[in-house]
Amino acid sequence: MNGTFRTPSILPGFGLTLGFSTFFLSAIVLIPLAALVTKTATMGWDDLVRVLTEPRAVASYKLSFGAALLAATLNSVFGFIIAWTLTRYEFPGRKLIDALIDMPFALPTAVSGIALTAVFAENGWIGQYLAPYGIKVAYTWIGIVVALTLIGLPFVVRSVQPALMEVQRDLEDAAETLGAARFTVFRRIILPTVAPAIATGFTMAFARAVGEYGSVIFIAGNLPMKTEITPLLIVIKLEQFDYAGAAALGFAMLVLSFVMLLSINLLQTWGRRRQVVAGR
Amino acid sequence: MAGPGNSQELLAEIASRPGRDTVVSFVVKAAFITTSLLFLAALLFAPLITVFATALEKGFEIYFNSFKDSDTLAAIRLTLTVAAIVVPVNVVFGIAAAWSIAKFEFKGKSFLITMIDLPIAVSPVISGLIYVLLFGMQGWFGLWLQEHDISIIFAVPGIVLATMFVTFPYVARELIPLMQQLGNDEEEAAITLGAGGLMTFFHVTLPKIRWGLLYGVILSNARAMGEFGAVSVVSGHVRGVTTTMPLHIEILYQEYNFVGAFAVASLLTLLAVVTLIIKTLVEWRTGYKRK
Repeated sequence: MNGTFRTPSILPGFGLTLGFSTFFLSAIVLIPLAALVTKTATMGWDDLVRVLTEPRAVASYKLSFGAALLAATLNSVFGFIIAWTLTRYEFPGRKLIDALIDMPFALPTAVSGIALTAVFAENGWIGQYLAPYGIKVAYTWIGIVVALTLIGLPFVVRSVQPALMEVQRDLEDAAETLGAARFTVFRRIILPTVAPAIATGFTMAFARAVGEYGSVIFIAGNLPMKTEITPLLIVIKLEQFDYAGAAALGFAMLVLSFVMLLSINLLQTWGRRRQVVAGR
Repeated sequence: MAGPGNSQELLAEIASRPGRDTVVSFVVKAAFITTSLLFLAALLFAPLITVFATALEKGFEIYFNSFKDSDTLAAIRLTLTVAAIVVPVNVVFGIAAAWSIAKFEFKGKSFLITMIDLPIAVSPVISGLIYVLLFGMQGWFGLWLQEHDISIIFAVPGIVLATMFVTFPYVARELIPLMQQLGNDEEEAAITLGAGGLMTFFHVTLPKIRWGLLYGVILSNARAMGEFGAVSVVSGHVRGVTTTMPLHIEILYQEYNFVGAFAVASLLTLLAVVTLIIKTLVEWRTGYKRK
């Protein structure tokens, strides 16, 4: 019947389950997103450009992007180190720490927001040791980076871990037997295998960090032009009943999310191709 | 000359040679473990401990008293209600989506998967915003809703919708890779032997996926109860009426009621801990590691 659309199968329920999924997806996701697009479209080009380029908005992009980039970079470096530690070394408490890595996925953002603020405030457990050096974390952009790093932590660790397990230890051993230095082994064998995984984790952490709201607003201080992230600016516009302005900013962020999802998919394809080339 | 067996032995022999565990490799190992632990201690463990330390800093009595506040109780009740509506819907959607995606080959499948993943990539603020644009006063259905005296935005239905948007991918994302990995053979055998679709699902598929399903349910429940950004946009923040637990934390925190705020936060943290424990148990049970 619809043989060109799908490969025939004797299993039942295809129409029912696909129909229900698509219907639900349309009702909950696609139609509401269409509302965002049409609302933006009613603005007219000039208004759209004006809203998107006003100084307060531009300042918020710089902060949101800069902090998210920095956080995703920190996540890549420390995420790799943590993934390496968890896959290559045996030490007491390893399994517990491995399980706790997913904490930021399960912990509500409001909780991590107030807890990080308490830890990094000037009288907090860690903040008190930084204050004498003039380093303020809470209520500055540094605090935003800290919050975003916590949120993005699991992404790099969880994408690098399986890749590290796949690195063929015998290749490493062979290289070492042939006289390769430790760093050469890392650069020529380990890094090429895990690079796609790091890139995927970086992109996921970045995508999550750009849109993050809950944990940031507690630690940020939220001063216009200084510590005001783009999602907060959307909320402020909504509170002022500037629906069109909020929609325009939201639309810009949505386009960014699409680009991010697309790059994640491409990166994962790249990773798979590398594995195929390596003969696995 | 050297067969596969020999090279294996050779490698084992190389691995056991003295000199592999040199001072350098010990230092590298220590450096990696120390860096990892320090990083996690500052960023993850310290905040987690702070939640309980602050909640309990004035003693257990004040901690438990903070749950007697009627607004706090209302927030807990609302959060439970929202989760009780959202999670079952997520389960039905997740199973339906996973069945169609994992069991069949059809055109546009990867597009469908991308669309299911979309809410995870979208900022929570946007997840709330889109419903305001649909059902808010100036929205598509705003006037109609007002005429019929139905309120969605700044009321409970809006909170349910926004939470549903944010959480619905989780069950599907758990089930799709699991069901793809398990394959179709057993289901096809059941159908060939004359079992109906529902019977096949409940007697063949469900027993195989129940642990993955359990984790999906637990995770989407944790996300539903903890969602802040999306709910914050649609809630209207009417104290004791449209404030969920995370929103109530914000209110208490802004009133400098830190014990109260962290007391509510401690409940959500415990929920997160339980979620992770179940996840770990599920992984032990199935030996199946989520990517």
